[in-house]
Amino acid sequence: MDAIRTNALTLGYGEEDIIEELDLVIPKGKITVFIGGNGSGKSTLLRSLARLLKPKEGSVVLDGADIARTPTKKIAQKLSILPQSPVAPEGLTVLELVKQGRYPYQSWLNQWSEKDEKAVQRAMEVTGVKDLSERKVDSLSGGQRQRAWIAMNLAQDTDIILLDEPTTYLDLTHQIDILDLLSDLNEEENRTIVMVLHDINLACRYADHIVAISNKTIYHQGDPDTIVTPELVANVFGLRCQIMNDPHSGTPMCIPFSRGRRKKDASHARKMDA
Amino acid sequence: MWKGNFIMIEKNKGKWIGLGIGSIIVLFFMWGSVIWGLTKIDTQMVIDSFLRFDGSNEHIIIQDTRIPRSLIAAAVGASLAMAGAIMQGITNNPLASPSIFGVNAGASFFVVLGITAFGMTSLMSFTWLAFLGATLAVIIVYSLGTLGKDGLTPIKMTLAGAAIAALFSSLTQGMLTLNEQSLDQALFWLAGSVQGRDLNILTAVFPYILTGLVASLLIGKQINVLAMGEDLAKGLGQKTWLIKVLAALTIVLLAGGAVAVAGPIGFIGIVIPHVARWMVGIDYRWVIPYSGMLGAVLLLIADIGARYIIMPAEVPVGVMTAVIGVPFFIYIARRGINE
Repeated sequence: MDAIRTNALTLGYGEEDIIEELDLVIPKGKITVFIGGNGSGKSTLLRSLARLLKPKEGSVVLDGADIARTPTKKIAQKLSILPQSPVAPEGLTVLELVKQGRYPYQSWLNQWSEKDEKAVQRAMEVTGVKDLSERKVDSLSGGQRQRAWIAMNLAQDTDIILLDEPTTYLDLTHQIDILDLLSDLNEEENRTIVMVLHDINLACRYADHIVAISNKTIYHQGDPDTIVTPELVANVFGLRCQIMNDPHSGTPMCIPFSRGRRKKDASHARKMDA
Repeated sequence: MWKGNFIMIEKNKGKWIGLGIGSIIVLFFMWGSVIWGLTKIDTQMVIDSFLRFDGSNEHIIIQDTRIPRSLIAAAVGASLAMAGAIMQGITNNPLASPSIFGVNAGASFFVVLGITAFGMTSLMSFTWLAFLGATLAVIIVYSLGTLGKDGLTPIKMTLAGAAIAALFSSLTQGMLTLNEQSLDQALFWLAGSVQGRDLNILTAVFPYILTGLVASLLIGKQINVLAMGEDLAKGLGQKTWLIKVLAALTIVLLAGGAVAVAGPIGFIGIVIPHVARWMVGIDYRWVIPYSGMLGAVLLLIADIGARYIIMPAEVPVGVMTAVIGVPFFIYIARRGINE
């Protein structure tokens, strides 16, 4: 089963194409991660899946229908997106932020209902921001703030959640914290998660399906265990590296070759330790 | 730093009560605007002028000068402040307002063009010209602000607004120097005043201003969503282009209507929405009505003050609002830079 698919999708700004004639399938109920170098078009591709960017050519298909021809509120009930580093208006509280997630379900006739209230409370519980509900979003730490935004996405109650670099500007502890939360949402609630990540090692740990983007198209895609090779890293990131098994998770781990401060005499270093 | 949070009203009940008290204050100053001034007038005279009009000097002043002036000040003050609140909400820009973004200047230029180049004198033609000028200014500023790869940014929009305001002001001055016969009529209107305006001007424009007022009260919830950013609003399923077009139309009705009646009056549109946010927070469903209420009060007070400063002569009310507004403007600009 596929959650989203694209047909000969071409994306770009002005004259320049960023993605060309791409056919992509996002598997349902899985975590899919886009990886690629800076400016490779991975964020552009994610934005187009959420109809934030109109395709130049081709189409994005959600539930068998072209999203360009589906009412935007209907899409918002099936698919939510968290853009990169969103900024809440100064003074907005966590509760007010999470409540905005119910926007797709409201109209002039349907104002705030009990169902909306329940969805909001649940979203805050799952993400652990219930105790912060009266706090101002701009007063929270980076990790708490990102949880509050994810709570807004959850309140939207969609099967598919797209996130554009959800761990940017977070320290490692909070990066793991956010990715664990997303992993739980995927496993316990069977939500399809699609995200852009910078860190290839974290991508390998959390993704069921990796899409490596390079040269305006997909370089390779599939299970991280089989597709992430030194060759892929060299072609997608232009980096020479060694791939090892992550001692904790067993997933591929990239050890980059660099000049850096390499220890020329490893045996000497060991002696010092002893 | 002082952020004015001590006057913040937290609960919805408090906000409704504040709205009630505010409306009473508006009515009080509307009454004061009729009573206070060079000619001494008391409440009994006002009532008599309606029930037993005797053609006396006082009754004529009440009916022809003071009451129109009071109503116009309240309507214009509310319109400019609400237009400013909507502009600040949809552009995410604390400096946005009809005067800074050239909307008032655009409306003024078209009215002066009508007076000097085409000899127009009717109120209805002023109204349509003002709407036309306001619309043109909104379109130009928005287009210029959106140019370039990174799309609409607050700084580009402010620069575009300042440039367009300067352009329309110079064109207006150019028109005036070219055509001295109509100078008097145009200058009178350009001074930005609620005094000496016939009530007919207000009744001609009132339907448009009223439409703008109602629309601005309905659009608050949508602005709350749009204020979170274009991508988020789209992701939540908002038709952001539609909301922006509706907001722009509302701004044109309010600011264009206000300029048609009173000429360009600055600073209300920028100052008042900030005061409203200090009082009720960032929810535009409250910011917009509070802006309307506070804008009406500010222009009424400025206009009453204008009568007393150099009595028996009067200061143009546009000068009064500038005197109040400039220090505040500098405060906001500095705060914006510091953050």
